[in-house]
Amino acid sequence: MANDTTAVATQHVAKEEGSFNVTETILEHIKDDHSWHLWGHLSISLPVILYSPQGLEIFSSSHFLNEHHENVVYEGKQNYKLFDGKTKVVNAAGEIDMAASKKLWDFSITKNVASLFISVFILLLVFLTASAAYKKTGIKTAPKGVQSFMEPIILFVRDEIAIPNIGAKRFARYMPFLLTIFFLILTNNFLGLIPLFPGGANVSGNIAFTMTLAVCVFVVVNLSSNKNYWEHIFWMPGMHWSMKLFLAPIELIGVFNKPISLMIRLFANITAGHILVLSLVCLIFIFKTVYAAAVAVPFVIFIFLIELLVAFLQAYIFTMLTAMYIGMASEEGHHDHHPAAEGADKELAHH
Amino acid sequence: MLLEINPLVLPDIGLVFWNTIAFLLLLVVLGKFAWKPILKAISDREQGIEEALAKADKMKADITAMQNENEALLAKAREERATLIKDAKEASEKMIADAKDKAKSEYERIVADAQVAITQQKNAALTEVKNQVGTLVVEVAEKVLRRELSNKAEQETYIKQIADGVKLN
Repeated sequence: MANDTTAVATQHVAKEEGSFNVTETILEHIKDDHSWHLWGHLSISLPVILYSPQGLEIFSSSHFLNEHHENVVYEGKQNYKLFDGKTKVVNAAGEIDMAASKKLWDFSITKNVASLFISVFILLLVFLTASAAYKKTGIKTAPKGVQSFMEPIILFVRDEIAIPNIGAKRFARYMPFLLTIFFLILTNNFLGLIPLFPGGANVSGNIAFTMTLAVCVFVVVNLSSNKNYWEHIFWMPGMHWSMKLFLAPIELIGVFNKPISLMIRLFANITAGHILVLSLVCLIFIFKTVYAAAVAVPFVIFIFLIELLVAFLQAYIFTMLTAMYIGMASEEGHHDHHPAAEGADKELAHH
Repeated sequence: MLLEINPLVLPDIGLVFWNTIAFLLLLVVLGKFAWKPILKAISDREQGIEEALAKADKMKADITAMQNENEALLAKAREERATLIKDAKEASEKMIADAKDKAKSEYERIVADAQVAITQQKNAALTEVKNQVGTLVVEVAEKVLRRELSNKAEQETYIKQIADGVKLN
């Protein structure tokens, strides 16, 4: 992948020649953006929120573009300009002020953030409706509508993910966490597959999104860990002391490795799917003939169907591994069973 | 830096920030108002179904037990009836036998009484006869003595006459 200047240069070359830069086009679709492109020249300008030593600034991202849709400098408390989709502080000459840019915190509602909010809204709408349905019809009647659609998935998370991995005694208190993670990833995966607004953003294929979830998993796993878990990491029972010394650093790496693998797996899978679909579409432009569509479109549809499966699969894998890590961290030792701790767990499970 | 070369693996602080807020919001709101009631409703329903099934099983068992009990009761009643009939038969037979025995013994008693009475009366009669004979003997002796019989032949005839006059019964 090219660095900033060469990317801009190639773009210029591409424009001059009227040719087509596949890498640029695909990356543009996968990357975050300050505006939400709808179709043609129509796009939604999203709010830019900047925090710098000069204070908080909020303005529309439309200020970054002039009437010819070219990047221009916005003059706020400092001068800002977009470089490759990122907000940078520029000096009077229009060059990046690296020192000031380092102190700039960009909390903008970008395309991904907006898409994330849409998914949050959808999740709240769907599950509060479902919850209200349970309240209204009670437990005696069969589920209806959205309730009947969601109940099997919730049961799937409970019976296939939480209970087998965490155990019937302790799973209940982790259910809200697992369900939220599962449905948030699932919704964003599906929204990412929709090519038009309100989809089209690549939230679950963004490293920031997967990183946040992975950090949450890391926190929850470590909060639910017990003495038995740490003993198995730092002083593996039933091993020679030299082996224990050898294993401790490896196991310690594993503690961090697990959430990192979650982060990369989701990011890579979803991004790869998007790149694949976009690459196939780009075939038409590479060959510069509409007949390439005869090959590209069936392939795109095929990959798209696989992506639908992957969307569900990745949400499932992320949640299942999370449950597994929680289960491993909170597993009681086989040697020393504490009946008191068991009782407490049972009590918690009932709440 | 390598990370800066590929913007895909460089996390934006903005998205991290908003995602953290969004996730925590979802976790709290859905946790409280969706997951908890939904999971509770589902487990309640499962429990309800389980209980209903257990209840049905128990009812089935109860009905079977009741049927068995009824059958046992019926059998017992039948047995009791048979015993009753048997007892009644025995009692009636015993009564008949008793009555027969009693009648027989009464008859024997009456016969015995009658014999005793006859014997008594016979003895009484004999006593009376003996007394009368005694009296008669005395009377005859008196008459004999009073007549001072002259001849012996006449005397003997007379005794004979008297003796003939005495009729024993």
